[in-house]
Amino acid sequence: MFRMTKILPTLCAFTLAWSALATTSVYAAEMITLGAAVSFTGKYSTNGMHTKNGYDLAVARINETGGIKVGDNTYELKIIYYDDESTPARGTQLIERLVNQDKVNFILGPYSSGLTKAIAPVTEKYQVPMVEGNGASRALFTQGYRYLFAVLSTSEQYLQSAVDLAAERASAMGKEPSSVRIAGVFENDPFSQDVRAGVLDDAKHHGMKMVIDDKLPPEINDMSTSLTKVRALKPDLLVVSGHAKGAALAIRQVSEMKIDVPMLALTHCDSAQVIDKFGKTAEYALCASQWDRTLSYKDEWFGTAEEYAQLFEATYNYAPPYQAAESTATVLTFVDAFQRAGSIDKEKVRDALAATDRETFYGHIDFDNSGKNIAKPMVLYQVQDGEYKVVAPTKWASSELRHPTPPWSQWQP
Amino acid sequence: MDNITILLDAPILLVQLLLDGLLAGAIFALAAYGMALVWGVMNIINVSQGEYVMLGGFVTVLLAEAGIHPMLGVPLVALLLYLLGWLIYRLVIFRIVDRDLFISLLATFGISILLQQLANQIFGADVRTAEGELGTSFLFNGMVTIAHIKLAAALIAVLTGGALWLFLKKSRLGQAIRATAQNARAARIMGIDTDRVYATTFALNAAICGAAGALVAMTWIIHPYFGLVYTIRSFMIVVVAGLGNLLGVIAAGLGLGAAENFAGFVLGVEYQAAFVFTLLVVILLARNLLLGRKRQYLK
Repeated sequence: MFRMTKILPTLCAFTLAWSALATTSVYAAEMITLGAAVSFTGKYSTNGMHTKNGYDLAVARINETGGIKVGDNTYELKIIYYDDESTPARGTQLIERLVNQDKVNFILGPYSSGLTKAIAPVTEKYQVPMVEGNGASRALFTQGYRYLFAVLSTSEQYLQSAVDLAAERASAMGKEPSSVRIAGVFENDPFSQDVRAGVLDDAKHHGMKMVIDDKLPPEINDMSTSLTKVRALKPDLLVVSGHAKGAALAIRQVSEMKIDVPMLALTHCDSAQVIDKFGKTAEYALCASQWDRTLSYKDEWFGTAEEYAQLFEATYNYAPPYQAAESTATVLTFVDAFQRAGSIDKEKVRDALAATDRETFYGHIDFDNSGKNIAKPMVLYQVQDGEYKVVAPTKWASSELRHPTPPWSQWQP
Repeated sequence: MDNITILLDAPILLVQLLLDGLLAGAIFALAAYGMALVWGVMNIINVSQGEYVMLGGFVTVLLAEAGIHPMLGVPLVALLLYLLGWLIYRLVIFRIVDRDLFISLLATFGISILLQQLANQIFGADVRTAEGELGTSFLFNGMVTIAHIKLAAALIAVLTGGALWLFLKKSRLGQAIRATAQNARAARIMGIDTDRVYATTFALNAAICGAAGALVAMTWIIHPYFGLVYTIRSFMIVVVAGLGNLLGVIAAGLGLGAAENFAGFVLGVEYQAAFVFTLLVVILLARNLLLGRKRQYLK
């Protein structure tokens, strides 16, 4: 009997707790859950953090402005995160887990092309839409994936605007664009080789000659041999692509070895923090960027690009790098698709995503059949007086290009 | 072929390549020096070698941010890494000194992953640099440039190597280290505290690598994952130079650095690493053939 009196209340409590849980899950139906495996540890952890901050800022903004109206219901957003440890194998496991165990129907992309490449086959297998803002490799869009959408410009476009700019300058100085000689130093990884392919295409288009075409191994930390060639061959444009390592090395060694080159264009200057680290020696360098706060894009959630940047700064105490902005745009693209689909059925949302054609604070978003955004151009910064200034494309330029870079003998940083 | 034409047109570039190669090789030699020491004395192939280089680099960057000039920071970095090396010896390495080589590979590999990830957690994954701001010299009408920081780094590398060589030859502890390397059991019988010798050796190695790391942060770039390059390069240099030949380590380091730079220029940077490894195979084969002809005996 004594035992019975103990068991009964326990049972009651259990039933109560169960019903309480059941009610919460009814409320949880008013929530749209997005899933993301992002690098919190490992070599991509810094950019993983930018990615997460970008996602979180969008979710906070959407929820505090009343959620998303989908058909007759209003939903709030929630993200389930896992740490992919910057390793592709872990990334694929976690996406399996998000889809199968957490029953997530919508995936936000990871950081980097490599991780995106690893998980895209999984989202494709389960027919779960993935919108991503940090995998730029063009190989992602040649596989015929149906559920993959990318808001950013693909990697072959990164330094094309630099080649165009060099052609423009040659014409302005009364020379033939085909007389421009290009030196390229590219890391031997998928991203930089895409960048290289873009530069080669564009050089061919203008009839320019590649006088140096070096491939740096991914683990390299010295480009003095390539720069020695640059000194000998005196090209008109030096393009370097090797993530943050490449950018930091290029700025450091070009100034140390006093290599004179009229135009130097890089990728990943901002993640390498070249202005903070190298100060005046970084002057005149051109840097490819997906986005900038001075651009005149806007949307109903964040207002202008500048207003987004201010909110981001107030929230996280640092200026938003483009990696964060494109992550925020990823969430906004989903929100827009939910609204237009009028449903949270994943197939309908996929179709709505495919039909996306709208402006955000990050730029215009319009996916082609392969899922990449074809509406947003890359911009080119120049380091001018210790600040990044947009100098190309001309339509978005906030400053005049300073060209050519004076020789080191005439200029002391 | 184009690259050779460039060299024929402007042979002065050979000087640039040679200088860059030698200066880079000096830093590699420093890390290799430490590896030769640990390998020779303790019979441990320390796979975490590059991680001490990496930590040395990060400490230098932190010191530079705190306002200490990176050049002045070098001894401080070496001291801190010495303490870390001592600690790691007391925690892990002493357990594996007399064990199978495989065990020591595993253990030091574990330490290397741990240090990498810890560095990533503590310092972040970003690329970092420390600015020595020492200027650049122009030679031959501006065709050859030497960054003073590289020169200073090479000088420090050679001086440290020399000092270490003297220490091993002349000092009491150095002699104890050499005695232990030759025969640990006999050394123990003669009253040498081999445990202390091992601890000192391992800590000394960490300190040397730390100094190398400081130089790397000043000349190139550092991030938590660049250690492996230094581990492999040290291993190669030690294999080429042979154990117990510490001056040979410096020569091999400088030589490989220069050869690598020429290969990078002539064959293209993508074949730079391939060239060095091919060279390693050739050297080992050649040495084996020579050994076959000449009977060796212990001197």
